[in-house]
Amino acid sequence: MRTPLPGLALLAALTTGAGGAEMRPPPGASSCTGCHAEGSAMGVLAGRPEAEIVGALDAFRGGTRPATIMNRIAKGFDAQESQAIAAWFAAQAPR
Amino acid sequence: MRRAASPEPTRRAVIGAAAASVLARPALGGTPPRVVVIGAGFGGATAARGLAAGGVDVTLVEASERYIACTGSNAVVVGLRGIDAQTFGYDALGRAGLRFVRATATGIDATARRVSLGDGTALPYDRLILSPGIDLRFDAIPGYDAKAAEAMPHAWKAGEQTLRLARQLDAMPEGGTVVLSAPANPYRCPPGPYERASLIAHFLKTRKPRAKLVLLDAKDTFSKQKLFEAAWARLYPDVIEYVPLAAGGAVTEVDPAGMVVRTDFAEYKADVACIIPPQRAGRIAAQAGCADRSGWCPIDPVTFESRLVPGIHVIGDAAIAGAMPKSAFSANSQGKVCAQAVIDLLAGREPESPKLINTCWSLVAPGHGISIAGVFHPADGLLADVPGAGGISPLDAPEDVQAREAAYGESWYQTITRDVFG
Ligand SMILES: Cc1cc2nc3c(=O)[nH]c(=O)nc-3n(C[C@H](O)[C@H](O)[C@H](O)COP(=O)(O)OP(=O)(O)OC[C@H]3O[C@@H](n4cnc5c(N)ncnc54)[C@H](O)[C@@H]3O)c2cc1C
Ligand code: HEC
Repeated sequence: MRTPLPGLALLAALTTGAGGAEMRPPPGASSCTGCHAEGSAMGVLAGRPEAEIVGALDAFRGGTRPATIMNRIAKGFDAQESQAIAAWFAAQAPR
Repeated sequence: MRRAASPEPTRRAVIGAAAASVLARPALGGTPPRVVVIGAGFGGATAARGLAAGGVDVTLVEASERYIACTGSNAVVVGLRGIDAQTFGYDALGRAGLRFVRATATGIDATARRVSLGDGTALPYDRLILSPGIDLRFDAIPGYDAKAAEAMPHAWKAGEQTLRLARQLDAMPEGGTVVLSAPANPYRCPPGPYERASLIAHFLKTRKPRAKLVLLDAKDTFSKQKLFEAAWARLYPDVIEYVPLAAGGAVTEVDPAGMVVRTDFAEYKADVACIIPPQRAGRIAAQAGCADRSGWCPIDPVTFESRLVPGIHVIGDAAIAGAMPKSAFSANSQGKVCAQAVIDLLAGREPESPKLINTCWSLVAPGHGISIAGVFHPADGLLADVPGAGGISPLDAPEDVQAREAAYGESWYQTITRDVFG
């Protein structure tokens, strides 16, 4: 068994590291990676330019880009939410 | 990237907030808060990984030696894939920065905040996450108990049951009858019985000439109904007989010795009978006091904290997640959101109102996929559909779209199981 993390390491993690406030995924983003994960036929979002993701979501929402499923998913997010999600993925290291 | 509006909290402030959030435990001192997760399935393993990635001290408790995934197991039932493709070890989870404990959680003392394990030891927690999946209700259909499930498998928990049903189908005579019964809502994997009906019908059509499938349903409407019914009319018109509740589809009794399935209206003699009984949250949830009279667990839609027991969160099939179906996809989405909420609560931060996605693909025949999707958010204390989003595949989808949906479904299965167990 591992020993528990010392309090200081936890503090660092909670305040600045993964999972801390600055790293909180915007609403919806953590569900995207259910499909858009490394190795998936649906592609990876991490590291994609923000404008590209926003543009794709917009086109899916508007029905101008053909889709099997993204049209139905994109309609669940407004322009502002899409922007936040796109920025969050764009800021991640490409995988 | 967005910066936190408030200045970074000091060590004392964070510890103080954490202590307040766990009802001012006296001896918290310098020890970091401990989170225990029960159940290393799609929900629990995801949540535990999320917490570990956030630097939280997390212990994941799992009773089984290995995980056998239900998702995709309908293909195993009809011999289209092996059980090995469904089977995953927990070794990688043990290396994911969390403490993996192979034991059955046998009791929860929510006041002392302690989980007892089958080996007599106990795990203290500041917050507990339950993702125990389902228990089958062997008290719901007269005659259908655990013993009867050997003659009439449910195959609703993957493993030996799945293989048993596969063997029975393989051995059945040409021109025989399969009886498949689906329960009333809610239950694990709403489209699952209808995908199973489709794949069994395909199996009968190709392997057991003149055989029939009677699908008895304890409800009148079901998930992706239009798509399934269109596929059945097109592909299996002489194979599937669908009997909804209104036409007497509710099973009232089974006789496993005689292989007879009874409804109020009729008696069916089966060569193979697959009875999917009603279900409830895995028993540890009720033991913890988290299940209501329905047998399932009411939760707060932002944090997944139990409405009945503070400090315990419930995710996955066991939770009453409003419009979100009981699926592996939902459990995975919920695991991530719940982990973040617990991290926030431990740090004394208010969790954000989440949005969650679910998608379930089903096969109506090998290589022919259909799907249902939804986007969900908290509304009026429940997880509700985001209006205008989600829905089912188009009824008139051409073959190539159905093929792509089947391929995406398989790709999802491969990546999600690698993310969770790999
Ligand atoms: C035939 C079929 C097909 C399906 N197809 C799909 C699909 O295509 N897509 C989809 O999204 N979903 C599908 N599902 C649904 C999916 O399998 C479930 O929704 C999902 O497994 C739920 O995850 P969970 O974490 O709630 O529970 P589980 O995955 O069941 O995990 C619960 C875990 O908790 C452990 N546990 C329980 N009690 C204790 C205890 N007291 N102590 C220690 N450990 C304990 C169990 O051993 C288990 O490993 C399907 C289901 C079936 C039956
Ligand atoms: C259920 C699986 C699924 C989920 C969840 C999902 N996607 Fe997709 N995504 C797809 C598929 C499949 C495609 C390909 C188009 C199609 O067939 O719908 C796609 C395509 C895309 C594309 C275009 C990719 C490219 O190569 O140009 C973007 C951008 C995208 N998705 C963003 C998102 C975002 C953002 C989310 C979360 C809000 C999300 N997706 C959630 C399945 C998913």
